[in-house]
Amino acid sequence: MAEVKKIMFTVRKAPHGSIYVYEGLEVKLIMAAYDADISVVFMDDGVFALQKGQNTKALGIKGFEATYGALVDYEISKIYVDRESLLSRGMTEADLLVIGEDEESEEPLHPQVVDADFIANLMAQQHNILCF
Amino acid sequence: MLHTVNKSPFQNGTLASCLRFMNSGDVLLLLEDGVLAAAAGTRCSAMIEQLLQSNPEVYALTADLDARGLKRVIPGVKQIDYEGFVDLVAQHSMHAWL
Repeated sequence: MAEVKKIMFTVRKAPHGSIYVYEGLEVKLIMAAYDADISVVFMDDGVFALQKGQNTKALGIKGFEATYGALVDYEISKIYVDRESLLSRGMTEADLLVIGEDEESEEPLHPQVVDADFIANLMAQQHNILCF
Repeated sequence: MLHTVNKSPFQNGTLASCLRFMNSGDVLLLLEDGVLAAAAGTRCSAMIEQLLQSNPEVYALTADLDARGLKRVIPGVKQIDYEGFVDLVAQHSMHAWL
């Protein structure tokens, strides 16, 4: 059997000012249908996409916080945040939206805040890295 | 792994982020506006100079350097043409920092 492809998505752009974050999410959901080992890393302005309590109503666009809340249901649970990017933008773990709930405890799950070394090591293991 | 950066370091944080996540042994290719980082004697030169100490394989695409008239390139940065670019892509898994 062929080796399962390791695919990393990086999200480096702020949400709503451009279509990148939204399109990236669409691609992740499509890729989730395939047998791939998917990880997602939010860094730079991409961490703003994880701010909980986004309300895009007045912008007249759908927003994606609810979709992020279903990532674990799509079996995308390796969601990481670069600590330095997060802290340098005045955010903490408490600001992060929900990506699903634990199957057993039903506790809400959040993206995991990690250091640059962890991310660099993960990058080195990937077959493909896609930027959004 | 081959990292490519196509944004100016003077206007955009992409190169800084790329450098923060590079492993030793990784290769960097500067292209399009990214080659501006390869210019010697700028306020951003130290980024590449410092990288060269740990990661000696740093490339800049000659066509983009020439198009911008960049003659003074940081010593140690290797200039490559499109064929060399293709070779690098064939040899490494790639991470395009777009």
